Amino acid sequence: MLRNRLGKWLLSWPPLVYLTLFFLIPTTIMFVAAFRNPGDYGGLAPMYNIEDGKLVWDLTLDNFSRLVEEPLYFELFLKSIGYAGLTTLLCVLLAYPLAWLIATTHKKWRDLLLLMVILPFWSNFLIRIYAWMIILGPQSAFTKAVNWVVTGLGFEPIQLLFTPIAVMIGMVYVHLPFMVLPLYANLEKHDMALLDAAQDLGASAWQRFWKITWPLSLPGVFAGSALVFIPALGMFAIPDILGGTDSILIGNLIKQQILDTRDWPFGSVLSIVLTGGVLLIAGLGALVARKGAKRG
Amino acid sequence: MALLEINNVVKRFGDFTAVNNVSLSVEAGEFFTLLGPSGCGKTTLLRMLAGFEQPDSGAILLDGKDVSQVPPEKRPVHTVFQSYALFPHMTVRQNIAFPLKMAGWDAKKIETQVDELLEDVRLTQFGQRFPHELSGGQRQRVAIARALVDRPRVLLLDEPLSALDAKLREQMQIELINLQKEVGITFVYVTHDQGEALALSHRIAVMSHGQVEQLDIPERIYSHPKNRFVADFIGQCNVLEGTVKAVDGATMTVDLKGCGTVKCQSVPNAKPGQAGWLALRPEKIKLDKELGRHDDEAHFKGRVHDCLYLGDVTIYMVEVAEGVIIEAMLPNNIPGVAKFFDDNDVVEVAWRFDAGSFLTE
Ligand SMILES: Nc1ncnc2c1ncn2[C@@H]1O[C@H](COP(=O)(O)OP(=O)(O)OP(=O)(O)O)[C@@H](O)[C@H]1O
Ligand SMILES: [Mg+2]
Repeated sequence: MLRNRLGKWLLSWPPLVYLTLFFLIPTTIMFVAAFRNPGDYGGLAPMYNIEDGKLVWDLTLDNFSRLVEEPLYFELFLKSIGYAGLTTLLCVLLAYPLAWLIATTHKKWRDLLLLMVILPFWSNFLIRIYAWMIILGPQSAFTKAVNWVVTGLGFEPIQLLFTPIAVMIGMVYVHLPFMVLPLYANLEKHDMALLDAAQDLGASAWQRFWKITWPLSLPGVFAGSALVFIPALGMFAIPDILGGTDSILIGNLIKQQILDTRDWPFGSVLSIVLTGGVLLIAGLGALVARKGAKRG
Repeated sequence: MALLEINNVVKRFGDFTAVNNVSLSVEAGEFFTLLGPSGCGKTTLLRMLAGFEQPDSGAILLDGKDVSQVPPEKRPVHTVFQSYALFPHMTVRQNIAFPLKMAGWDAKKIETQVDELLEDVRLTQFGQRFPHELSGGQRQRVAIARALVDRPRVLLLDEPLSALDAKLREQMQIELINLQKEVGITFVYVTHDQGEALALSHRIAVMSHGQVEQLDIPERIYSHPKNRFVADFIGQCNVLEGTVKAVDGATMTVDLKGCGTVKCQSVPNAKPGQAGWLALRPEKIKLDKELGRHDDEAHFKGRVHDCLYLGDVTIYMVEVAEGVIIEAMLPNNIPGVAKFFDDNDVVEVAWRFDAGSFLTE
């Protein structure tokens, strides 16, 4: 009993220390920074001054009112949620058939297919995005093929690079494996006898999917959606590289405030709102998922 | 016309023949059982009836129409799977309502029909439970209710009781018999448990290696096995090698290897000199310290070689000649006596000429 508890403690302190050092403390610093004034040359002004031997706090709510008063910021949040949401949706649509294929192929091929899903992780994220710059560039075979189709349908040729389309392609490309893997993990456990039973009881292929496979795969869909939606919401590198001036997202604004403008307090406010928003959406998602699971 | 007719059905997997030229017919309202050892092709045959496999040749007729190419969802035939295959994300009610929903019944009719089925399988209080909240026997009943709810023409059951413990299995057997009588739907039941087959069925097809060895009512399968395989597979059986010596109308004499001649019922086409086996059920053999001699009985002296005490009965292995052992079974039906004989006791065995049957294959 005692040894058991000791063991648990010994095992749990490294992650505890890790989380405290790299999550709790930075988050606290950021939270406090949101209420401070910007320094004269960027960064943060002192949190308090000593005036006539008395301690005077220098804290403010200005950073928050700035956020609320300017509708542009609100719109940017909405736009980012829209991009992240669309990325998640497209990932579900693309990953589902792929995960199903992997889960139902012969064991011999499964590992190979999984490896191919994971393979992109072996090269650097930025390099892969720069590769997309080439693929989507005006001279690439891909762009030419797209435009061949587009003009064939009677439209003007289109530009891909530095447009929202390029951002979407990049976002979906980067996040797809995070949807495939949890979906595969879920689908792989499905009992195929259930599909036989459903078919035996009169369900068409479509009904078998909607009534059996889909509801049973929802935990995987939710897990994958969380893994895609949350990082997609804060993404800045892809809009930076593949997007035009019109496709900046909330992540770009935060990066700009912290690194370029060096307005740390306002950058902190944006980060806090983003984190809060993610928590809210994830919480709502979990609630819906639990309700769904109960209802069946 | 029989409800279900299977004509010369063959099914191969690669170069392995799982079902080899099976023909049989099942009457409306019948409780029909496919019985055979593991791997003999029972499930394969059942899956062809359900539509999950297509026969390589032969025909499956339902109500006189060939259905062998009709997909499972279009056949008026349902299956109770060995694993039950209940939908884990649906309540008992939703599970049972599933086939009705698929068939597009309206909600009101579904409710009343599901209520009726819940009552039939005595699960009225469990409608809102999920499958994982039920016991094995209750899950079993849900699976049966779900497969019966839209009154299929035939219900296929693949070893539905094999996951239950012995006590529950017996209870479920009785329930199955009653349910089948009540709903009047034709059951095709697969099992490798001969006791279960004998207890439940109107008729049994004994299968081995993809073929039907014997098709008959339980009583005849047990008392008149057609060949050595059936005799061995169904219950305990003495199989004694012998040669026909003379045929005399309804009876004939057989020279049992190592023991001498005995009389037995003659079989069609038996000729003197024909080799075969005498199949004798252990409970049809008399055994005592001394037995009176009768004309119509075979009679041997022997020594108890081994005995198997089973509680209600004891099986005695009696050596009647060098290397020839006959199993006899006696009920332990005398109060105060655990069993009648011990190893090495000298005893006599006897059986009437019509106690066994002579097998030529
Ligand atoms: N899809 C398949 N591919 C290849 N061989 C198969 C396939 N299905 C069944 N078999 C083979 O066909 C034979 C009969 O199988 P089947 O499942 O019908 O046996 P069974 O009588 O139901 O046995 P059990 O009592 O063990 O369930 C077995 O030898 C099995 O290995
Ligand atoms: Mg089987």
